[in-house]
Amino acid sequence: MAESSSGNPGLARGLFVALCGLALAAYPLVAGAFGLDLVTKIMVYAIFALSLELLVGATGLVCFGHAAFFGIGAYAAVLLSPASEPGNLLWLLPASMLAAAAFALFMGALSLRTQGVYFIMVTLAFAQMAYYVVHDTPLGGGTDGIYLNAKPVLAIGGQDAGTPWLDLNQAGTIYGFTLACLVAVFGFLAVLLRSRFGRALAGIKANEQRMRATGFSTYPYKLAAFVISGAIAGLAGFLFGVKDGFVNPELMSWHLSGAVLIMIILGGLGHLRGALIGAFAFALLQEFFKSEAIFGAFAKHWTLGLGLSIIASVALMPRGLVGLPGQVRARLLGRSDAVADHTTEGQP
Amino acid sequence: MTADRSPILLRGRGITRRWGGLVAVNQVSLDLARGQVHAVIGTNGAGKSTLINILSGETPPSSGQVELLGQDVTTWSQPKRARAGLGRSYQRNTIYPAFTVFENCRLAAQARTPKPWFWWQDARRCQASTGAARDAAARAGLDAVLDRPAGLLSHGQKRQLEIAMCLATAPQVLLLDEPLAGMGAEETERMLALLAELRAGHAILLVEHDMDAVFRIADAITVMVNGTVIASGTPDFVRHSADVRTAYLGEH
Repeated sequence: MAESSSGNPGLARGLFVALCGLALAAYPLVAGAFGLDLVTKIMVYAIFALSLELLVGATGLVCFGHAAFFGIGAYAAVLLSPASEPGNLLWLLPASMLAAAAFALFMGALSLRTQGVYFIMVTLAFAQMAYYVVHDTPLGGGTDGIYLNAKPVLAIGGQDAGTPWLDLNQAGTIYGFTLACLVAVFGFLAVLLRSRFGRALAGIKANEQRMRATGFSTYPYKLAAFVISGAIAGLAGFLFGVKDGFVNPELMSWHLSGAVLIMIILGGLGHLRGALIGAFAFALLQEFFKSEAIFGAFAKHWTLGLGLSIIASVALMPRGLVGLPGQVRARLLGRSDAVADHTTEGQP
Repeated sequence: MTADRSPILLRGRGITRRWGGLVAVNQVSLDLARGQVHAVIGTNGAGKSTLINILSGETPPSSGQVELLGQDVTTWSQPKRARAGLGRSYQRNTIYPAFTVFENCRLAAQARTPKPWFWWQDARRCQASTGAARDAAARAGLDAVLDRPAGLLSHGQKRQLEIAMCLATAPQVLLLDEPLAGMGAEETERMLALLAELRAGHAILLVEHDMDAVFRIADAITVMVNGTVIASGTPDFVRHSADVRTAYLGEH
């Protein structure tokens, strides 16, 4: 890859990610209320997609129940908040992530004993279990869901609750906080995947049997990845619940588990920026097909348009949006970049 | 054979494996000593690969015992045996094709110093594993292609990489499943030279179909037919064994 025409690929990737970050940081200067809310939602999806990328793209574990962690993070944000005053972000956020991580530990410990398609089905089954717990019990308001009365604030020490450091009740603040979380998660995963732990995950994805023969007990590695992934998905869910100030069982539904899988496939598996790009592409496609200004009455059939465009993009871009530049270059130069592109797997 | 001159590193005792009604491996006992290449030969389906799988811990035996460095490891998992000094290669290439040759070896070496909790530290700065990886690649004759994606290597080089990945984990016992399979004459010579060199520090079990190579390099040969050992001893003994001639060599 180093000798290819694009120059230093590591630098190009870093530049791309930095530009994305800058663009997102500058966006509130020009955005209206609708745009701000939409991009906040997309960034939450991006964090969610990054968490799944750690499992699917980096470790080769296809989890089809990821919405459970997202939903648990969101429900924890609401249920753990005090009834009438704002909760403190300082403990509310870690507690929500911990709740998601705890469920991930339970779900991972059992489901990681299975492999392949059984793993997919078992994770789905666990997520459906969680879904029906909130759907059919009064714990979280049942099918109606439950409102968050006061959004959390960041208050340190005995600070006056009237003037907190951060008040997530404001759209601009939650945008900034979500962006900061996205940057932190991206950076964390980029570092993690380069570490010994991350390289071991890459080896497990490539050939788990060989890893075991080499002396790696692969189960604890997979379980650790599962729990980290669950905690990050819980973070995304927390942000989603706080942003909307409302949670309902749909946050745990298998539709969402499927949607986040489609995001990372659309973006390109095996790359962190694939999750980022995929989340944006998926959400913007969704908005596009939902738009009555463009499709008129047909807009209510938006799932049809979305589905067809996803089928088309998966068929035309087998390596996702991330692989598109390489694909175009290969087409222009009349050669295959397939092997060279493989070597960049696991890089952000 | 006294324990001092050639210490037994791996010992199999009465190893049996049944798959339903089929006895794939039947009461096989063998010793692997440091400084020796012990070849296991036999027709396809004789149970050689199953035997390797049992010794390495990939498949549990139906009965029998495996001892590694004097310890009973029959109930140990494969990773635990590997960390205790048992390395194996596979009949089919099981390299990581997307990684470079160096990263293949480095990742194998990392099994010795896994330290997964140092999540902020770049794996390429792990000096224990980078050093071991370079050494292993050099011993297997791959130092010229360290930065090449393993998937782009020639078949012979991939087989060498299999060995290099084994060596990177600093094993004492090597279980090699057909390392010469599909190799040309020149590549075979290179691999045999490597095995001869490795013999000094390791106990080596060699499953191989290339009879010329086996009789050239092996110090002891065990012949299996239908899961059962029909002869075991020096190459000369096996060559002149009437049982082997009728049951195995005679069939060719």
